[in-house]
Amino acid sequence: MAALLEIRNLSKSFGGVAANVEISFDVAPGEILGLLGPNGAGKTSLFNSISGEVTPDAGEILLEGRRISGLGPVACAMAGIARTFQVVRSFDSMSVRENVMVGAFTRLGSTRAAMAQADETMEFCGLTRRADAPAHMLSPAEKRRLEVARALATKPKILLLDEMLTGLTPTEAQEGVALVRAVQAQGVTILMVEHVMEVVLPLVSRAIVLNLGRVLTTGTPAEIVKHPEVIRAYLGDRYAAG
Amino acid sequence: MQNAITLRRRRELITAGVLVALLIVLPLPFHDPYTRNLMILTLLYAALAQSWNILGGTCGQISLGHSLYFGVGAYVSTLLFVWHGVPPWFGMLAAAAVAGLLALLVGWPCFRLSGHYYAIATVVVQEIAYLLFLNWDDIGGASGVYVPFHGQSWLNLQFRTAKLPYFYVMLGFFALTWIAAWWIEGSRWGFSWRAVKDDVIAARSLGVRVFPSKMAAAAISGGLTGIGGAIFAQFVGYIDPDSILSGPLSILIALPAVLGGVGTLWGPLLGAAVLIPLRELSSTFLGSSGSGVDLMLYGALIMVVALWRPQGLVSLFQRGRNGSAS
Ligand SMILES: Nc1ncnc2c1ncn2[C@@H]1O[C@H](COP(=O)(O)OP(=O)(O)O)[C@@H](O)[C@H]1O
Ligand SMILES: [Mg+2]
Repeated sequence: MAALLEIRNLSKSFGGVAANVEISFDVAPGEILGLLGPNGAGKTSLFNSISGEVTPDAGEILLEGRRISGLGPVACAMAGIARTFQVVRSFDSMSVRENVMVGAFTRLGSTRAAMAQADETMEFCGLTRRADAPAHMLSPAEKRRLEVARALATKPKILLLDEMLTGLTPTEAQEGVALVRAVQAQGVTILMVEHVMEVVLPLVSRAIVLNLGRVLTTGTPAEIVKHPEVIRAYLGDRYAAG
Repeated sequence: MQNAITLRRRRELITAGVLVALLIVLPLPFHDPYTRNLMILTLLYAALAQSWNILGGTCGQISLGHSLYFGVGAYVSTLLFVWHGVPPWFGMLAAAAVAGLLALLVGWPCFRLSGHYYAIATVVVQEIAYLLFLNWDDIGGASGVYVPFHGQSWLNLQFRTAKLPYFYVMLGFFALTWIAAWWIEGSRWGFSWRAVKDDVIAARSLGVRVFPSKMAAAAISGGLTGIGGAIFAQFVGYIDPDSILSGPLSILIALPAVLGGVGTLWGPLLGAAVLIPLRELSSTFLGSSGSGVDLMLYGALIMVVALWRPQGLVSLFQRGRNGSAS
């Protein structure tokens, strides 16, 4: 099947720091693809390129065969890319419903339609109870959900999740995993960053491991955990030897 | 569909209806021109602050040069009246168009600046315009323009001594700005603009066009402010750069909104109702305005509100909504 998203030889540096170096991979429609790697590996930078927030120095990104790199965040959102942020960015002067409505307005013009869309999305994400709470009053786990809801309200083709499970309690993380599965079941393709392996591996069909800005390896969860380079990158040389 | 948003908006509309009804009868028991004058000015500044709030409060772009739009609006309408006999009702439309365009012109380079730099840029642009008008002899320069009296008429918005008609015109102007703000609040624009104010990066990741949002907010805000200038010129009968295109006036336009509650629907009216009478009192007891005393008064007021009610005076009327628990 043709890839939904293609990353072709993408490189990006900030000043002297090479955040991404010649990265290439495909995301198949409907899959959950994991993006792993230690802190500073370049995962968030890659998300910034895919979502149009930054323009890659070299290489290109194709969505359904059409080039989206360098078009900017608005065009990417319109094309069907939605994201959450590693450091939560809720609209704090608004209620939860209003936050989600901003997402819904991406494809809808009327307030009534955006409200209906927001209600549906909040229900799906388990936020209905908190619909009228000010966004800044939410718990960390609820804020993560709000980001997912806001992104889903844009009716994306692909959803980029940046460490949405990090910092949650085990119960909250399990609920998050269930939400990710439910999103996939709706037909939305997911690319998710997580640096805690135990959380992602059961969820994903394949994973890409980044290290120092480069693709270290790609494979199924079973292949990833056995890969000596991955073990070295995560745990250091001592473990790789043993 | 009924939810907290639709209920709140209906409540706002009903409150506004009741308020306008009250305001219609408010000046009737007061016959002295001084009190009526004060009411007119209060409504004027409430409306100007409401216009300012559309850009500053809703979209988060703090303009400290809004007297530019007020002053230019006043000049456009007045000069059309003086030179061509165009009635101010049409002059107002021209004022709104020119002031709105000017706001776009200022926004074009300045909205690319971030945060505080935008505020500073608006001050600079307004000061340049002030100097320009001060030295522009074809339109009166520093000596200003007198609006000739063409006889008492609603068409020309001129009345020999009556204050009441101006009160109702100002009330209409205030209602216009309020309805504009209310409508924007519930529309896609309002949501986009508030998203821009809260978090630009999140906003554009959701497809919000940041620069056009700021431009649209500026054009509407500037245009409405220009209408205020046109009405004010007919009301006072004389305009010069010092009275309608000055730095202190720019502050006075923003202040009621800041005092009452930035980005709120009722903040500007509430802020003006406190500030404008207070200003009159201070100039009565402490000497004329412009001596710097009133600026100190404003500064003190802002500090008191910032410390005691950071969300503005409207938060006194809110029942626990929007986290006033903090
Ligand atoms: N906007 C930026 N400006 C400067 N350096 C950046 C920027 N974004 C990322 N970097 C750098 O790029 C590298 C990769 O960072 P990041 O993509 O955030 O890693 P990860 O998300 O995998 O932890 C880091 O060294 C980081 O400091
Ligand atoms: Mg990161």
